[in-house]
Order: sequence, then C-alpha cells, then structure tokens
Amino acid sequence: MINPYLPYPVRIDQIITETEDRNLKTFKFVFLNPEDEPRFAYHPGQFAELSIAGKGEIPIGIASSPTEQGFIKFTVNKVGLVSSFLHNMNEGEIMGVRGPLGNWYPLEEMEGKNIVIVAGGFAFTTLRSTIIYLLEPKNRSRFNDITVVYGARSPGMLLYKDELAAWEARDDIKMHITVDGTDDPDWKYNVGFVPAITEKKAPGAKDAYALVCGPPIMIKFTQPVLEKLGFPAERIIMSLENRMKCGIGMCGRCSVGQEFVCKDGPVFTLAKLNSLPKEY
Amino acid sequence: MIARTIAKSVFSEWLSLLRKSFRLIGPVRQGDQINFAPLAEGEGPDLSFQNTRLSPKEWVQPASERLFQFSLDPANTEAHILKEVPWDETPRLLLGVRPCDARALNLVRINFETPEYTDPWWKHGRDTMTLIGLGCNQPCSTCFCTSVGSGPFDPVGLDILLTDLGSAFLAQAATEKGAALLQGVPQGTEPSASDQSQAETLKKEAEQALPPQVAVDRLKDQPLLPLFNAPFWDEVQFACINCGTCTYLCPTCWCFDIQDEVSGTEGLRMRNWDSCMYPLFTLHGSGHNPRDQKLQRVRQRFMHKLKYYVDKYGNGVACVGCGRCVQFCPVNIDIRRVCNLMNAFQAN
Repeated sequence: MINPYLPYPVRIDQIITETEDRNLKTFKFVFLNPEDEPRFAYHPGQFAELSIAGKGEIPIGIASSPTEQGFIKFTVNKVGLVSSFLHNMNEGEIMGVRGPLGNWYPLEEMEGKNIVIVAGGFAFTTLRSTIIYLLEPKNRSRFNDITVVYGARSPGMLLYKDELAAWEARDDIKMHITVDGTDDPDWKYNVGFVPAITEKKAPGAKDAYALVCGPPIMIKFTQPVLEKLGFPAERIIMSLENRMKCGIGMCGRCSVGQEFVCKDGPVFTLAKLNSLPKEY
Repeated sequence: MIARTIAKSVFSEWLSLLRKSFRLIGPVRQGDQINFAPLAEGEGPDLSFQNTRLSPKEWVQPASERLFQFSLDPANTEAHILKEVPWDETPRLLLGVRPCDARALNLVRINFETPEYTDPWWKHGRDTMTLIGLGCNQPCSTCFCTSVGSGPFDPVGLDILLTDLGSAFLAQAATEKGAALLQGVPQGTEPSASDQSQAETLKKEAEQALPPQVAVDRLKDQPLLPLFNAPFWDEVQFACINCGTCTYLCPTCWCFDIQDEVSGTEGLRMRNWDSCMYPLFTLHGSGHNPRDQKLQRVRQRFMHKLKYYVDKYGNGVACVGCGRCVQFCPVNIDIRRVCNLMNAFQAN
C-alpha cells in the first residue's frame, strides 16, 4: 500500500532569491530516487507538502510546469517555522516533497477558449506553472488568446523577472505587468493596482476563463471588475489557501463547509465558493 | 450467524483462550472512571459501567502516534529521510465496547478510507482490531443512540454482541470473524428459548428507556448558508469556553495534527489528536485565521457533525448518541438541543 504521508526524498538543487525584501525564494528540487519523478506526475494548480525532518511540513503550490523535466520548483514566502528554516537551508541539502496534492486548473475544459490570468504578489506561483504549460509549443495551439495581468507592490517584488521579460517580448501572450507604485524612472510597464489595470485593459469575457490568484484584498476588488466585464462565476477560477497538515482530506483543519481545500481544492470556481461559508 | 450462551463462571476461561490469539483490551477502573486499557494476564474486564469515560477510539487512532522516524546525524547516509515506524502486527481484541462506539468507528472509516487515499495507520489500527461489544441494559439519561439511527443492542460494527443475562452472557456473532470465535467458546451452549426471549426483553426495555429526543430528518435538506448564518449560533456558543472536552471525548471526532519531535540527532514525526475548538487549528502562517472567533469554532463542530458530514457522505449524522459531550461539557452545551435547533431551523 502506498503511504500518502511519506515524502519523496529530494535534494535542493538551486535556491533563487526572487524579491528585493528577500522574503521570497524559489527552491528547485531534484528527486534523490529518479523513479520518484514519474510518480510525482502533476498538473498546473496542484500543490505539495515540503517536508523538513525535525521541523514539519508546509503546503506550497507547485511553481514548475509538468512540461519542465528533471526538477520541481516551489516559491516559498518566509512566514512561519518551517518556511523560515527552509530559507536558511543550502543547496545540496536533503529534505522531502510529498504530493502532488489537490485538484488543478481545469485546462482541459479551457481548450479553444481565451484565458485571462489575474495575479497579485506571491500568489503567482501556480500561475507561472500554468503559463509555462500553456506556452509549450505542443499546448499553445490548443488555447486561444492568453492575457496576463500581474502586479506586485514594487518592481523589486515581482517574481520570475527574467521570464516576465521574455513573455513580454512574445506575441502569443499579452502581458500587463503592473506595480502599485515605483520611483524608478526607467519603469516601462503599468503603475496601478491589479483590479484597476484589469478594468483598464478590459480583456473580453466572451469564450474566456479568468484564473485569479492573489491576496484577499486584490481578489475582493477584482471580482466586481470581472463581473462587470461579463465573466460568469462559473468561469472565474480561484485557488484557496488554508492551514493544512495531511493534505489528503483527513486531518480536518482546512475544511470550508463540506469541502476540503487540500483535496476538493485548492482550485474552486467562484460559483462554488459562493455556495460555501467564507472560512478561508 | 451463530450464538452461544456463556455462563459467567466460565467467561474467564474463554478470555484466557482469546488471550492466546489476541492482545486483550477491556474496560478497567481508573480512579472514578472506567476506561479501556490492556487487560493484564488474569485480569478480567470491569463490565459494571454504563459507558466508559473515554471512547475506545484511541485504540484505533491513538491520542499520540509515531508515524515516521528519521536521523539528523550528518554521519548517517540516510539522514533527513523519513522511514515508517515499524508496524505492530499483534491482533487486538477490544472487549466490552458499547454499540454506539462501534458504530462510531464505521462512521469515521469513511474519512480515512476514501476512493483516493487510505490512511495506513488508521486502517491498520482498525483492521487488527476485533470488537466484542456489550449491549446496554441500562442506558444513561444522556444517551440518544436510537435518535441517530442506532440502538442499545445494535450489532453494526461489532464482531460479537454480548447481552448480559445476569448469570450468563448471550453472545451473538455479527461477522464471520465473530462466528469463528464463538465456535471455540469452551462450555458455550446453544442459547435456550428463554435466553433468547430474556435478551429480547432486555433490548425492548432499553429501547423504551430511550425515547426519541433528537430529530435529524430535515438536516439534509436545510440550505447550507442560511443554516450557517442562523441567529441561534450566537446563543449556542455564548457559554462555551473552548476547552475541547467534547472533541476529546467524542468517538467520531478524528481531527489530528502532525508534529515533528527531535531528541539529539534522532527524530519522530508524530500525529496527535487535535480539536476544532482551538484557534491554532486553523491559524495561517500569515497570521490570518478563518475561524478566529469562538462562534465560528463552535459552529464548525456542530455543522461538521450534523450538516457537512451528512451532505458529503449521505450517511446520516456523524454522531452516535453516546452522550459523553452532554455529560461532561462544563457549561452544559447539549448537542441534542443544538441538533434540534438545526433540524427545526426555518430559513427566511
């Protein structure tokens, strides 16, 4: 019997400091046992428990894409005991990854449709996975227009800056990068909050799905904008976070009504969330 | 299914025989309580209780349980890699379980054995356990099993049901495993017609002592959000001190925490009972807490048992009517009353 609590051993292959406040780092892991990599087959939007022996586990969205082989990547915000310990670990050290866990963005359902990605701050990670997946040549033709609105507090707080620049240069993805504010005279992208930029750029809702990830305040003000643009709640897709332990729907703490964020989520349509208590 | 009448004078002989195949766990006196504990050689169960203070759930899902072990010693080539703690394969026999507590294990199984995942420790704990139950001749005043789909002599979940006939037990097999055990009872006799009619009378009397107290028929059809936002929660939660006694005693409360413990360079990943009554249960790393209010936590406990579970599994309520939370709540919050409030609620 497969033990769903047993992490796969991994080696930290690379650590990248993403943001100017040094609170966000991307960890690239390589499986110690190569046969574990195919067992970890995942979809954009899923998460995993990062496991550090003696410290515990944290549920983190998978930032790499299934189209990237040989490693998995996670971007971790330094907030608690485990994430702070992880931030002080070094390349080459051994830890564990347990997953993949949860459901994923309904990309099959979105084939042939336009996709609007709206993201704020460090919630961009599983959307980075999604964008990499969508832009893969064998996948790109299966989807129509791709529009991304991504914002952070300042230019230095944006994740994956090299990739953002590369996507900006492409003509098969429409990027709207924005910051809340900046004193950088060379800043060439937008200035303004994500909801305002979304309203201004007004991506069409016809045949379109919106994937929305961000801090609660961004989501609160983005929802009415999307509704105004004509997105029905069934085509607004969101990803939730809650405190988790087991990640497989058993320990009880991440429940929102009868749904477990870890197993029935983390991806929910706004229509589904509207039917549930707001306990997230 | 076979049945046997076992005179109490020879009951201990049967236990001695069972002891050869099982580790026996039964009710024993612990101060002013009776709880389940391993029965030492020659020690018999104390069957004088109405119900045990603690439910037997800890013998399937221990309050604290070792999952994995690991080394942090740099000299160890497998340092930082988790290994399963060796499994204890000893078959165990839980003696004197009340039908409500056996039913609880069935209700909890749905959480731990799902189409997608199986919890290996819970399954192992349950699969290595044989249950010999004891029907309730005298239910407590706080019992309401008959209101939630069970009864004082309900054999569901048990392998054998014992009925105390005074000088003997009537033992009825409820599973093949139980039947096989009854075949081996030394000096067990085929139950006489009077044994059977006596057992039937005891059952009827016990059921009559349990008039319907709780209505659950409308819970499934109650609209979720209006019930969640019902005004009565404010009054229900008012006296609660979030002590967690109800969740600790409840045979269907299964929520747990996972924590690592380290001593020197050796460590364990443990799992421990947890409780939705505590704010830390849901506290995010960011400091945000979706259930930071007492009302939210009290509501979660009742909604989980009496609404979310009902909706999710279509299996009735996650309450077996054992009455422990009613008896031991320090501020007299009564799940029977809350259930009736929920069931009778009229959304505007």
